[in-house]
Amino acid sequence: MAKTRISMKVNGTEVEGLVEPRTLLVHFIRENLQLTGTHIGCETTHCGACTVDIEGMSVKSCTMFAVQADGSEITTIEGMANADGSLSPLQEGFRMMHGLQCGYCTPGMIMRAHRLLKENPAPTEEEIRQGIAGNICRCTGYQNIVKAIQYAAAKLNGVEFKEAAE
Amino acid sequence: MNDVTPTREQRTAALEGLGCKRKRVEDIRFTQGKGNYVDDVTLPGMLHGDFVRSPHAHARVKSINSEEAMKVPGVLAVITAETLKTVNLAWMPTLAGDVQMVLADGKVLFQNQEVAFVVATDRYAADDGVSKVVVEYEPLPPLIDPFKSMAPDAPVLREDLAGKTSGAHGPRKHHNHIFEWTVGDKELTDAAFKKADVTIKELISYHRTHPSPLETCQCVCSFDKVKAELTIWGTFQAPHVIRTVVSLIAKLPEQKIHVISPDIGGGFGNKVGAYPGYICAAVASIVTGKPVKWVEDRIENLTATSFARDYHMTTEIAATKDGRVMGLRVHVLADHGAFDACADPSKWPAGFFNIVTGSYDFPVAHLTVDGVYTNKAPGGVAYRCSFRVTEAAYCIERAMDILAQKLGMDPAELRLKNFIRREQFPYHSALGWEYDSGDYHAAMRKMMEVTDYAALRKEQASRRAAFKRGETREIMGLGVSFFTEIVGAGPSKNCDILGIAMFDSCEIRMHPTGAGIARMGTKSQGQGHETTWAQIIASEIGIPADNIMVEEGNTDTAPYGLGTYGSRSTPVAGAAIAMAARKIKAKAQMIAAYKLEVHEDDLEWDIDGFRVKGLPEKFMSMKDICWAAYNSVPPGMEPGLEAVSYYDPPNMTYPFGAYLCVMDIDVDTGVYKIRRFYALDDCGTRINPMIIEGQVHGGLTEAFAIAMGQEIRYDDGGNVVTGSFMDFFMPTAVETPHWETDFTVTPSPHHPIGAKGVGESPNVGGVPAFSNAVNDAFSFLGSTHIQMPHDYWRNWQAAKNLGAVAA
Repeated sequence: MAKTRISMKVNGTEVEGLVEPRTLLVHFIRENLQLTGTHIGCETTHCGACTVDIEGMSVKSCTMFAVQADGSEITTIEGMANADGSLSPLQEGFRMMHGLQCGYCTPGMIMRAHRLLKENPAPTEEEIRQGIAGNICRCTGYQNIVKAIQYAAAKLNGVEFKEAAE
Repeated sequence: MNDVTPTREQRTAALEGLGCKRKRVEDIRFTQGKGNYVDDVTLPGMLHGDFVRSPHAHARVKSINSEEAMKVPGVLAVITAETLKTVNLAWMPTLAGDVQMVLADGKVLFQNQEVAFVVATDRYAADDGVSKVVVEYEPLPPLIDPFKSMAPDAPVLREDLAGKTSGAHGPRKHHNHIFEWTVGDKELTDAAFKKADVTIKELISYHRTHPSPLETCQCVCSFDKVKAELTIWGTFQAPHVIRTVVSLIAKLPEQKIHVISPDIGGGFGNKVGAYPGYICAAVASIVTGKPVKWVEDRIENLTATSFARDYHMTTEIAATKDGRVMGLRVHVLADHGAFDACADPSKWPAGFFNIVTGSYDFPVAHLTVDGVYTNKAPGGVAYRCSFRVTEAAYCIERAMDILAQKLGMDPAELRLKNFIRREQFPYHSALGWEYDSGDYHAAMRKMMEVTDYAALRKEQASRRAAFKRGETREIMGLGVSFFTEIVGAGPSKNCDILGIAMFDSCEIRMHPTGAGIARMGTKSQGQGHETTWAQIIASEIGIPADNIMVEEGNTDTAPYGLGTYGSRSTPVAGAAIAMAARKIKAKAQMIAAYKLEVHEDDLEWDIDGFRVKGLPEKFMSMKDICWAAYNSVPPGMEPGLEAVSYYDPPNMTYPFGAYLCVMDIDVDTGVYKIRRFYALDDCGTRINPMIIEGQVHGGLTEAFAIAMGQEIRYDDGGNVVTGSFMDFFMPTAVETPHWETDFTVTPSPHHPIGAKGVGESPNVGGVPAFSNAVNDAFSFLGSTHIQMPHDYWRNWQAAKNLGAVAA
């Protein structure tokens, strides 16, 4: 099948590649760019494991063609750590609050939480639950993911994090 | 000198050992997208395989034509059963003693069964190839209802078994019968029923569902023709077992098979068995000489690899009029699908379902299980439970509620009256188990106290009255569940897989600087072994957990183990870790005695080293002993400090718990709200409370999903109607309730550190709690039992059937 040249900015770096028109963005990211932190869980836009940030929006990259992302600016989980390589507040929050187990949904979950906190820097528990409803986790039951996001929100807002009682 | 001698508390805390809420080692890589899962493995020249699957539930395969597929650019091979026959791999043995088609051989027996395997240069080309393979089918009548499997005129599903009157587990009664399994005393049980004041009888079904981890099943197979070695990266919960199975069925020497389970994105029982994809990828690599990757998609995962449950349990209890249980009789019709591919220990065709007497002191019981074939996917895996234990717990916990209803007793009171008492442990159950330890009354009373159970019952009574007066359309249910699990398979005297005893193993090697590595026969799929295993070692030998690296999943470096499922890692491998650590400690004591110039018996262990009794200043830390082990061991002793333990557990462990679900249901819409869910777990010694709570949250969420909607459903034609995440209920953060966790601690008397395992308890105990809540809500309207799953539509149906909603 004929291939198309595309280019985009991923995690601050200009990249380009040759793809078929039908190549999914997630395959381009994982296979052409070798950024394997973005995962595939369902291929039908339900689970959110493939969530990346495109032009300020959370996007499930399994249901977007790579050619549709031509010229855009994308952030994946590999672009989330602090500049010095240390864990960002969200990454730290997931670790501190035990917001992950198998780690498979985690990159998508963190990417979605990242955008959620940009949209709403101090969300309530209800707003967090609604805000991550496009991302499925099979291990944690979400309770600690909610806490992880609250931890990160507090840290980003410079306020003390108070863990809600069980 | 400015040094402050650390206190004993500080020295203990520095180890981050048992009981510490240690943060996870794994999370550093997982939160940065730096995990290494199977689909992340890329090898030079790697090819991709994809399946042609059957659209029919039951059909004869007349022909397979791959001519057009081979013309698709990038397609290199199309493998069929005929290809596999040349290497004697068209069929493979199952863990349950049956055989299973790898690729359709003359017939297909379930929808989406594997028919041909297309190998191409990339996954898109493989998919193109799949669409061009032409298969001619002659449809046959499908058999979907297990209750019709053994009808005289039922279609013959397994023509390969024609004339075989017995299978791996004894005689077969019918051409679609697999086995009958009987436990207990029939005569005594019949006698108990004759004498009983009160009996109940109910068909309690546990529907077919699926573990569905977020990462599907997948592998990369790479055959090196020069060395004749096969390397397999795969999503394997039990990598060593896979190596042995591959060696036996592919006739490759076991030392030339390297199985690697890298990071695994959840398992929940889905990744125990061997699937056609693994065999086909391995054969494709041997045929093409290139590495071949196979990655299942979600629809394939839900419809073809390893369903769970599908148990139809006719349950009877005999009791006195004041509520003392006298006997239990259960008959199970077990729907195994087209092949018996249950992942149970080999001698246990219905797993440990004979734990069905639960937490109660039944004097007698009798159990029979009939396994039957249907035109559905094979499997029968333990979805977040020890083998068939969740079915058993659901069966008895539902039945106890039904009995309470008949007696007009409170379900909690009925349970308290019949619990095995603390002083009865070790307790021998009527169906043959020896329960190790428990204090059921204490756990139940704590649950009732913390939740103010009595007040909730009062509220329910007043709300029922209000409903009857027409003041509300909402009904309230209290779901009580008190489960006893049986985990840690298992003792070699009764547990094996294909003849291999179900021990587990640990090898610890200490380095000169006071660091070390522990290699394990288990394989984490999210349980956090890299974190918790090091905690056990830290407490045993006084080396900080941070200094111990845990390695799992490489069969070349790890000692042989049976893997991680059935909550067996902590009971079996956790014990192996402690035993290996104790061997290290014993040698360390000899080295310390030599260095401190005293007799070994003059030393006592003190947190992180040995001290001379009565001379507190004469102390040698474990760290220093590690160094000494490499330069100044006692004369005649070998240098080095390492140990291996293969632990054959003397018994299973029996975790238990008391759960309560408080639910409100709107009868006009069937919409339910989980108002409160309280889970008290007793898993014995607690290694890492943070991880335990995480396991409980996750297990409860899966229980919630199963009880309230998650089902693999077939229509009459054998089509799967819940084959994607659109139709198969996957709770999101919005539907998932808030979880309240609590605990008691009753250590296992036979486990070196007293731990029992916890990962599956919440699923086992959670499902009956949800279902009992729904049933309890409707009971005052006249129902005794409503089948799961309790989704909105079925709740509304129930309300309608009970006359609570205008028809």
